[in-house]
Amino acid sequence: MTGTRTQSPSRPETAGPVVGRPVDRLDGTPKTTGAARYSAEYPYPGIAYAALVHATIARGRITGIDTASASAVAGVLTVITHENAPAMKPPPKVSMLNLSSLASGTSVNYLNTDQVHWNGQPVAVVVAETLDAAREAAGLVRVGYEELPATVDFAAEEPNAKPQKSNAIQSGGAKKGDAQAALAAAPVSVDLRFTTPPHHHNAIEPHATTAAWDGDRLTVHEGTQNIPWVRRHLALRFDVPEKAVRVISPYVGGAFGGKTMVWPGTILTVLAARVTGRPVRMMLTREGVYRTVGGRTPSTQRMALGADADGRLTALIHTSVTQVGRVGGGPEQVTSQSRHLYDAANILVQQNQVELDMLSNTVMRAPGESIGTFALESAVDELAAELGLDPIELRMRNEPARNPIDGKRFAHRMLRESYALGAELFGWADRTPRPRSMRDGRWLVGMGVASAYHPSWQLPANVTVRLSADGTVVVRCGFHEMGMGAATAQAQIAADALGVPFEAVRVEYGDSTLPSGPGAGGSAQTASVANSLIAACEKLKRSVLALARKSGDSPLRGQRPRDVEARNGGLYRIGRPEGHDPRKGESYPTILSRAGRSEVEAAVGSDTRLGELTGQLRFMSKFMLDRRRWVKAACGAQFCEVRVDADTGEIRVSRWVGVFDVGRVINAKTASSQLRGGVVMGIGMALSEETLVDPRTGRIMNPGLAEYHVPVHADIPPIDVRYLDDPDPTMPLGLIGVGEVGITGVAGAIANAVHHATGKRVRDLPITLDKLL
Amino acid sequence: MRSFSYVSAPDVAAAVRAIGSEPGAKFIGGGTNLVDLMREGIERPETVVDITALPLAEIEEAAGGGVRIGALVRNSGLAAHPLIRTRYPMLSQAVLTGASAQLRNMATVGGNLLQRTRCVYFYDGAAACNKREPGSGCDAIGGFTRNHGILGVSDDCVATHPSDMCVALAALDATVEVQSVRGVRRVPLADLHLLPGRTPHIETTLAADELITAVELPASAVAATSRYRKVRDRASYAFALVSVAAALNVRDGVVTEVRLALGGVAAKPWRAHEAERILVGAPATEDSFRRAAAAELAAATALPHNAFKIELAQRTIVSTLRQLLAEGGAA
Repeated sequence: MTGTRTQSPSRPETAGPVVGRPVDRLDGTPKTTGAARYSAEYPYPGIAYAALVHATIARGRITGIDTASASAVAGVLTVITHENAPAMKPPPKVSMLNLSSLASGTSVNYLNTDQVHWNGQPVAVVVAETLDAAREAAGLVRVGYEELPATVDFAAEEPNAKPQKSNAIQSGGAKKGDAQAALAAAPVSVDLRFTTPPHHHNAIEPHATTAAWDGDRLTVHEGTQNIPWVRRHLALRFDVPEKAVRVISPYVGGAFGGKTMVWPGTILTVLAARVTGRPVRMMLTREGVYRTVGGRTPSTQRMALGADADGRLTALIHTSVTQVGRVGGGPEQVTSQSRHLYDAANILVQQNQVELDMLSNTVMRAPGESIGTFALESAVDELAAELGLDPIELRMRNEPARNPIDGKRFAHRMLRESYALGAELFGWADRTPRPRSMRDGRWLVGMGVASAYHPSWQLPANVTVRLSADGTVVVRCGFHEMGMGAATAQAQIAADALGVPFEAVRVEYGDSTLPSGPGAGGSAQTASVANSLIAACEKLKRSVLALARKSGDSPLRGQRPRDVEARNGGLYRIGRPEGHDPRKGESYPTILSRAGRSEVEAAVGSDTRLGELTGQLRFMSKFMLDRRRWVKAACGAQFCEVRVDADTGEIRVSRWVGVFDVGRVINAKTASSQLRGGVVMGIGMALSEETLVDPRTGRIMNPGLAEYHVPVHADIPPIDVRYLDDPDPTMPLGLIGVGEVGITGVAGAIANAVHHATGKRVRDLPITLDKLL
Repeated sequence: MRSFSYVSAPDVAAAVRAIGSEPGAKFIGGGTNLVDLMREGIERPETVVDITALPLAEIEEAAGGGVRIGALVRNSGLAAHPLIRTRYPMLSQAVLTGASAQLRNMATVGGNLLQRTRCVYFYDGAAACNKREPGSGCDAIGGFTRNHGILGVSDDCVATHPSDMCVALAALDATVEVQSVRGVRRVPLADLHLLPGRTPHIETTLAADELITAVELPASAVAATSRYRKVRDRASYAFALVSVAAALNVRDGVVTEVRLALGGVAAKPWRAHEAERILVGAPATEDSFRRAAAAELAAATALPHNAFKIELAQRTIVSTLRQLLAEGGAA
């Protein structure tokens, strides 16, 4: 559960701040050597294995389950169905006053009902001595159904979409002026329809749970993005006190949003352990992940732009239809970026939803903006073509000084600078504007751009920092490491805040016994933890100074906190940089040992019920205040070059430059890696990824990596990622999260480049070769 | 996966004896397809007879300039072999476009011949599939058919054969040597795989107890100027939407010899006899290539999602022939 110290080539050797440097990730060596343990890898004596049986109808009632053949498989311990499962508490009603009520993946009380709500719903769990026996037996369970009519065809349901209602967190629609009238009156306009298919996260680690009961105490190893939600939700469902549940999640093998909610596999593993009295492990098959973990909703979008002859936007209309499951899921903020990117005189955005008999949709990397920027940025490119303007020039003419829809100030906005740097790095000036005008042998060459945009969030985080008399520091916070280098970034921040070497900091994370961390979502984790960590380090320095300033022997005697800074492993008077001059200050070990203290600890936030409530209220009020005052976001400019085979329509992305305004970057290496990963995932979304839901049955037909085409290495060109590294003054340390902005704008840039190469506009993702023939 | 018995055969005689005497037995070579299908519960053998110890892993020059490929030659070994790379480049290229390096290191030539379709309805136990369960129906028809066939399909099955290697073998007039307790026989590759008709579950002309021991390639001068072109949805690790194996010989601007086969379009590797017939003796021009391609695809039928393949197949044929012509098909 702890990031271990490692020797590495880019370990910071020199003095000075460590924030911003390309420090190697602390979790790199354990992961590459196999020492890192994932949820399915914790040994327990007497462990049993569980496998799911999935419903094969979309809606109806179970009329009978024949478990005889399954039970006869050697090694099978039990087959749990709705006929013999112990009662669980139902999932809570969703409430915005208690965000953890959002934790439940669906509203279904699995195996406590004979009702089937989606094709793939778990209807039985087999528990056996071995994984093979469990999976074989699961295949032998025979289920009889009384089928009911089901609504599963998104395309057919689109006309029945209903407007999304706004709440405190999410806004379903907004308007400024009369966009319809302005569009009708505009001398130049485009009015287009875009469609995007369902997507799945496909984290490399399929969801896995190891659960062990000791009386009424439960230990769960679970790869999750939200430890507090897992803990609270399991306590509620199994009717035990929250403190009786421990969730351990130090390593998460990728998530992308798919491990945010608590999905059926987790609950049913805990149930299987309860029923059998044994520790139980369930590793979902890849198919199991598709059938029981939600994905990104499909969308249809109308994107209309009107402009005057100079290209100044007079109208912007963006409406969307997405789906939710009748058993859960949430609105997709498809129009989010369209409220912030362009200075249109009149704006209308509205999100609409249809409700289907399908598994809940869920968050997936940049929910909303990833697919919303595809429509907006494609439409801007089309408008530029109509106007005969360079697409970057059109964007610059409409770059707003204030938030277009409501006039709020931007906390930070360097989109102009992003385009300027990107154009230079990419060689945009070499592009000849006419479609099909660039060629390299049999390849048609095209270049495209698009804006990236992702809102910036901050969540409450409880953190403790402990300084030991030997000068080492331990940071404790139950945050999540899904591969982005979260612990490394916090170690860098703590090292600078306390003036100690990076190597002196240890970070403990991924465990519910630690102070409660924020969920890893909304690109918010680093900023959220950093905010509390900096405050905790400040408290810690005051406590240490308090020890020194009372001592007659200390050069810090009588010094006030504002006269002192942390550096060189101790506290020293500001403005006197001769670090070790004993008259100017002294080291932490000196202060602590003189005071007879083995350690000093400081905490921010409280994990008591009252403390938590206070923290949440304080957070919400600051959040609302911030929202009223600022629009905060990451943005950027995506540049790409594609090659399209003139005969077959095969598309290859051949170059990429992404320049991002993400405030201050904490770790140059891991931040670049996250941004680059976003681009890779965006390339998949643009060209090949599509979950195939059979409209006759609501059943996913390509639940695996053979037929759901994520990009392979050969699909990915060198990706040149840059960031402007200019701090956002309203964010802790000036940092803006980098987890999601990288995927936004990617599909738009590719669609625009494909048009430039071929003269064809494809407004339906993925852009497969048949759409170019 | 269902529990099964395992037998390792020391020689060919023992292997064919074992397959005949063990009920529900299947040969296993590299296992790259069979084990997947066993995990999915589609193949449920009582016994697997491991043939990897058999002495069938050599590639040898045959009398008359041909090549004999042992059935247990691994795909990666086949692709890398100098005889294959120089005399039959389309075969080496075809194999290298298939699967991944790891799979090619395991997969055998014999197993590659007997790969089963990747139709998603075949793979899903909840779907109706005449191939998996004769008489149950075909959920692919009316469903997702982007990867399905356009030639030789039937109302009972529209699945395609997934192999790249077989497309090259079809163009090269390969012969498959099989052995059973009844002796050795030779099957032209063209006669190995069956079109679905009313019996899509019967995929080859092999008897259940026959073992593929070798593939023989006849000498072919034209094969030295050959190419395999695979068109798919990503740059690697995807099955062909359409593939073309082609060899071309041109003298004085006229096509003297041509081989053409298509993948991704039918339940078997599709030898384009009609296109070949039109091309031989015709001027080696874009127009001839187009006419030949159009004639070959004239009988094609499309489902809602795969109509593009009819056009794509023609374009890929023309593109591949054009490339061969430019690269020196003109002797």
